[in-house]
Amino acid sequence: MNRPRLRWHIVVFLAPAVLVYTAVMIFPLFNTLRLALYTEIDQTRVFVGLQNFQTLFFDPIWSEQFWNALGNNFWFFLIHMLVQNPIGIALAALLSHPRLRFAALYRSAIFIPTILSFVIVGFAWKLILSPIWGIAPSMLDAIGLKSLFAPWLGKEEYALTTLALISVWQFVGIPMMLIYAALLTIPEEILEAGEIDGITGASAFWKIKLPLILPSIGIISILTFVGNFNAFDLIYAAQGALAGPDFSTDILGTFMYRTFFGFQLQLGDPHMGSAIAGAMFAIILVGVCIYLFGIQTRMRRYQL
Amino acid sequence: MKHTRLKLALLGTTLMATTAYAEDVTLTIESWRNDDLTLWQDQIIPAFEAQHPGIKIDFTPSAPAEYNAVLNSKLDAGSAGDLITCRPFDASLALYDAGHLSDLSGVDAMSNFSDVAKSAWQTDDGAVTFCVPMASVIHGFIYNKDAFAELGLEVPTTEDEFFAALDKIREDGTYIPMAMGTNDQWEAATMGYNNIGPNYWKGEEGRQALIAGEQKLTDEAWTAPYATLARWGEYLGDGYEAQTYPDSQNIFTLGRAAIYPAGSWEISGFNTQADFEMGAFKPPVRNAGDTCYISDHTDIGIGMNAATEHPEAAETFLAWVASPEFAEIFGNALPGFFPLSDTPVELQDPLAKEIVGWRNECESTIRSTYQILSRGTPNLENETWGASVAAIKGAKSPEELGAELQEGLASWYAPHQ
Repeated sequence: MNRPRLRWHIVVFLAPAVLVYTAVMIFPLFNTLRLALYTEIDQTRVFVGLQNFQTLFFDPIWSEQFWNALGNNFWFFLIHMLVQNPIGIALAALLSHPRLRFAALYRSAIFIPTILSFVIVGFAWKLILSPIWGIAPSMLDAIGLKSLFAPWLGKEEYALTTLALISVWQFVGIPMMLIYAALLTIPEEILEAGEIDGITGASAFWKIKLPLILPSIGIISILTFVGNFNAFDLIYAAQGALAGPDFSTDILGTFMYRTFFGFQLQLGDPHMGSAIAGAMFAIILVGVCIYLFGIQTRMRRYQL
Repeated sequence: MKHTRLKLALLGTTLMATTAYAEDVTLTIESWRNDDLTLWQDQIIPAFEAQHPGIKIDFTPSAPAEYNAVLNSKLDAGSAGDLITCRPFDASLALYDAGHLSDLSGVDAMSNFSDVAKSAWQTDDGAVTFCVPMASVIHGFIYNKDAFAELGLEVPTTEDEFFAALDKIREDGTYIPMAMGTNDQWEAATMGYNNIGPNYWKGEEGRQALIAGEQKLTDEAWTAPYATLARWGEYLGDGYEAQTYPDSQNIFTLGRAAIYPAGSWEISGFNTQADFEMGAFKPPVRNAGDTCYISDHTDIGIGMNAATEHPEAAETFLAWVASPEFAEIFGNALPGFFPLSDTPVELQDPLAKEIVGWRNECESTIRSTYQILSRGTPNLENETWGASVAAIKGAKSPEELGAELQEGLASWYAPHQ
């Protein structure tokens, strides 16, 4: 009776989650990667190895679209990192101020867009910014700044930034909430000890609170990265699958959709589509690894 | 869980109930025209069933944007309906090549259609026809008659007159000269480039020459429409860059714009929306007296699922769809979708009648990019959308656009290499 008893309850309790997760996530993921190694010639599926990836990266027609989408993706991500996360942190810092009135109201109001559907957000902002029916031109007109208005979503040079800012508006509640929660866990004693040493107000934030919430900021950055490189919905809802004008808002998600499912006269090509999905997976994997091994392990943590 | 069980049980009983009654053959139609559901149920199906006892028809449309994907997966799974509504050209050709659509060349009623009408549902060599043509849409311009009367404008027939009219509307300032936006991109190509283009490339002549590789997209006939489109920009409303397709429709039907570059499919919608009188004029010709060409685009057909269990009944239905009787019901119930059969159909709607009348005055062609040329990567149709938008915005010169499109086409299409 020395053999360790097989603990069946562990298997039983794990089984549902493992089975469901395998069926809807792991299997499709690997099957997609497998599909990327095939192509269709005369109604039959043929194994072609890495040829689809070669086409994607080196054929000028495909690679131009791919790099354009990837570049747009990085710009989309950059705007989120530069606008969404600092604003989220600032809002959290304001909200955690003990003397702020109606904090709960602001908190809910800022968080609500996060739970809205992309379709609603895309449609509502399209209407707000519409040069014909929108309230943006008339509001600018009311303060005499009509000349600043442009049909932003229709101009190559502004469309992507506009959409990124719409997405920031929608999701700024997430970093705010996470940072807010992190700020609440900072014990009062530490801040009071700092006060005795003469660190108050803004410098208390920079010197005490910020170092303590850095791990949360790291998590938010990685969530933003994964979310942005998987993004698709907002662009599709606002600009359609062609990600106009002139592909200026095309990101990897819309590029993949167009290729995989086809669009208008373009027939769907599941194999090239899978190759793009594989490339997206690799990019996200590399990004997450850089964070996990390059940044997270070096981050200093403080015992509170 | 309980609910799904219940649903399954209910489904089971309904299925048994239907099979119990079904001495009759029931044919199911796959379609993307969910807008036409009531028309099928109230007019087309009763008319057919009255004449053909023993055959029941079930019209089961899905959403237009999802149709191709839904249909393909149903066909692969063997659960698709007996009759299949056919998109024009390659989408349906792919289905035929994959063995999902039956060869209908032998059906007698096929002789009711011209070669151009059938071309959308034939193999490249024209040997096999696999769908019965149902309807086409015609391009042109719909205008606000009240606005034209108010400004004392004549209906333009040449391009000079067209731009003179636009200038006059703009000077007056009451109306936006032309309602079109570039946000959704396809209007610029479909209602812009392929609307006015046939007058430049001489319809079928140019289109066939392009397919054969005898003309190039860098030729004057193919770049000049972009030069004309470039002049449109200044007559579209403020902020047209972000104006969507529904925006344009609303601007026109609210009476804020004078001219709407259109496809005939707009007619029934506009009839219910607009409370002013509408007229239509065909794409203006370049010089007075030129032959006019119109885009009379084959848009919808119907074929038979090769795996159907009731091929005879399905053929009976298809033969009826090819008959003048169907054409009359369909053409009148859906003004703007014009029956393709050779027997002329008497249409009731004045606007539809006006537009279909152009068939007698002008040469018909279809959209230049649809047959064969959009088969490869890059996709010429999608590229044309972008090019037409760039032309209207003035972002690129017509010559640059022609060169880019030609380069893309030549990269995969042998006759152009």
